Amino acid sequence: MDIYTLQDFFTFTKGVIYILVIITLIGLAGFWRFLTERDED
Amino acid sequence: MSNEGTTAGKFQMTPFNMVAGVIVILGVIVTILRFTGGLGAVTNLTDYNPWGIWIGFDLLVGVALSAGGFVTSAAVYIFGLKKYHSAVRPAILTAFLGYALVVLALHYDVGRPWRLPYPFIVQQGTSSVLFEVGACVALYLTVLFIEWSPTAMEWLGLKKIRGIVIKLTLLLTIFGVILSTLHQSSLGALFLIAPSKLHPLWYSKYIPIYFFVSAVIAGLSMVIFESTLSHRYFHDKMDETHLAESRGVTLGFGKAAAYTLAGYFLLKVIGVAADNDWHYLATGYGAWFLVELLGFIALPCFVYAVGVREKNTTLIRWAAAWTVLGIILNRFNISLIAFNYHLPASERYFPHWMEVVISVFIVTLGLVLFRFIATRMPIFYEAAGYDDAH
Amino acid sequence: MTISRRKFLGWLGAAGLGTTVGSSARAAAKGEFSGFPDSFGVLHDTSLCIGCRLCEKACNEVNELPKPDRPFDDLQVLEERRRTSAGNYTVVNKYGTPANGTPPIFRKNQCNHCLEPACASACFVRAFTKTPKGPVTYDASVCVGCRYCMIACPFEIPTYEYDEALSPRIQKCTLCAPRLEKGLLPGCVDICPTEALSFGIRENLLKIARERIRKFPDRYVPHIYGEHEMGGTSWLYLSTEPFNEIGLREDLGTTPAPTLTAGALGSVPVIVGLWPVLLTGIYAISKRKDKIAAEEQAGAVALAAEQARAESKAELDKALEQAKKEQEAMVKMAVKKALEEAEEKQKAEAEGDAGDSGPSEETDKA
Repeated sequence: MDIYTLQDFFTFTKGVIYILVIITLIGLAGFWRFLTERDED
Repeated sequence: MSNEGTTAGKFQMTPFNMVAGVIVILGVIVTILRFTGGLGAVTNLTDYNPWGIWIGFDLLVGVALSAGGFVTSAAVYIFGLKKYHSAVRPAILTAFLGYALVVLALHYDVGRPWRLPYPFIVQQGTSSVLFEVGACVALYLTVLFIEWSPTAMEWLGLKKIRGIVIKLTLLLTIFGVILSTLHQSSLGALFLIAPSKLHPLWYSKYIPIYFFVSAVIAGLSMVIFESTLSHRYFHDKMDETHLAESRGVTLGFGKAAAYTLAGYFLLKVIGVAADNDWHYLATGYGAWFLVELLGFIALPCFVYAVGVREKNTTLIRWAAAWTVLGIILNRFNISLIAFNYHLPASERYFPHWMEVVISVFIVTLGLVLFRFIATRMPIFYEAAGYDDAH
Repeated sequence: MTISRRKFLGWLGAAGLGTTVGSSARAAAKGEFSGFPDSFGVLHDTSLCIGCRLCEKACNEVNELPKPDRPFDDLQVLEERRRTSAGNYTVVNKYGTPANGTPPIFRKNQCNHCLEPACASACFVRAFTKTPKGPVTYDASVCVGCRYCMIACPFEIPTYEYDEALSPRIQKCTLCAPRLEKGLLPGCVDICPTEALSFGIRENLLKIARERIRKFPDRYVPHIYGEHEMGGTSWLYLSTEPFNEIGLREDLGTTPAPTLTAGALGSVPVIVGLWPVLLTGIYAISKRKDKIAAEEQAGAVALAAEQARAESKAELDKALEQAKKEQEAMVKMAVKKALEEAEEKQKAEAEGDAGDSGPSEETDKA
């Protein structure tokens, strides 16, 4: 894919980042559970 | 406006009810005009001034003043300041209603309100700050609804599902803080795209940070302000815990607000230094900037501080109301007063009275809904049989 | 301007070896884009504009816009400053007062079709597109009507149908994109009688403009407005007076609009990446503090209970002892009483019957 304008570049990269951000949010919550699941409390 | 079961019994012609009734009738009339005649029929918006008080007040101020929800829940559930626990429910309710009404107000302002989900389901304009604002406000409204829902569930006696929601408290609180950080700051970042239209004293690279920090201040002040009003009107609804903790909440939040205001003040000064805007201070806009900086940031900061040191809750409450005014002034400055500063006076915007009617109508709706919920559901007291930490 | 540009081109030539290896210049630097190659533009030489308003007329007809209140041949309209509106994609304005001797300058105003459009950057439904041929087009079928594009546009071009109740659109010049598709010129350029408007490939127009400035250095301001403003625009302007005086702001800078908000948007992943970690950490610490406090409290409670138990035992013992003592005292008293009684009896008996020792045995038993 050829990108000729900054505008198209940002639209594309920010779009990918939004998807990654959602994964980060869910992933971190899940990972914290994995980390602390076996803590006796 | 509630018809039955209020503390006062049946619907009565109290002054509040009468005023609210008139406002609602006017609001309905203007609503009809808006959706039959277009924005041109009820607003003073022009091609030079596409955003008026429905954005400047209803959106920007509405969101900032609803920040109490995330501030209070973060203080209690993340920072573990359990002594403020009784402040959480009123703050969450205020925030939930605030955001719901912001979204309602947007339905008046945008051209085709039924398309509001389009940025998410049809075509994503990811390069836009407004996309981020929209996504975060939509998500946070959902989070606030879930955070508020246990109140209604206790009222309705849905014990089981309430238990599930209560288990999500920490997760929801963290989501709330993240989403609030993002969209509170992004509301300021909206104006980054227009350096040629916003006066240099208000235009700054730091504007997203200003918006976030001032939202925290607005949130803290609104909790105090709302509690002042609630003590006057819902005193009989408050349980002993709420009444006992209330003084501590006012002192603690007042202290936090004073300190945050001090930081905000310094950041604003640094912003002027960063762009070397000192010479503008000698102009008319500069004087107005100083009014905001000294009169609505430094002054309430000082009054808060004295109130906290003297343990004078009355003084703190005055400072809170003054700070709330200052936040409104700031949002008006950025979206209306210092915006389009380069245009001749004839091209500048002043709200049409019907725009004011809709804004007042929406605030009134908020007050009515708050009263409806606070008089029926466990907001100022713990519901019997639900004494676990929520 | 021209000199520095030449210098720049010279350096490019010097770096020629490097650029021939890469496929194109836009691959040279990260995050640098030079726009669509061979995209079209219009050069507006304001020194050639006579203010005839034919371009306004053509625009109105080509775009099938509503008939204006005053006809296009009414040049009195030029006496007031006008702007684009929902029914008017382009306006010609008159600048300069004949009083100070200089002839008036006319400038046509319309969408400048930025290379990096602010409207497109601001739109949250991507209703605006910078097309490869040059026009910035608008798609009303996705537009929500938020009017952020109007806030964003530094040239104050997009307009809104404020009188439409339920289907308002943004209205602006399309650079006649539909006509370009058919191989036709934009309506305004087509009709212009004086070559104040020249249509062509933007790079070529820049060359023409530079050539004119070079040929007539006394006539033109040595600047091509739109070459770099806001990252460059497809419409380019030449003027004989400073651009500020013909309604073109000189303080817009060269930063492309998308760059203005890119930094703020860049903080999104930072906040989403760091906040959960930080906040969960704070929560964990405060929870641990609570736990320790609870344990300490529990320990204190246990100790207190132990102490209480010990205390109550001591008290009980004391009470028991007391009771025992009291009992003994009572016994003693009873014995004493019995003795006394016995003694009295004895005395009485002794008085009556002397020498009987029986009562002393009785006291021993008790």
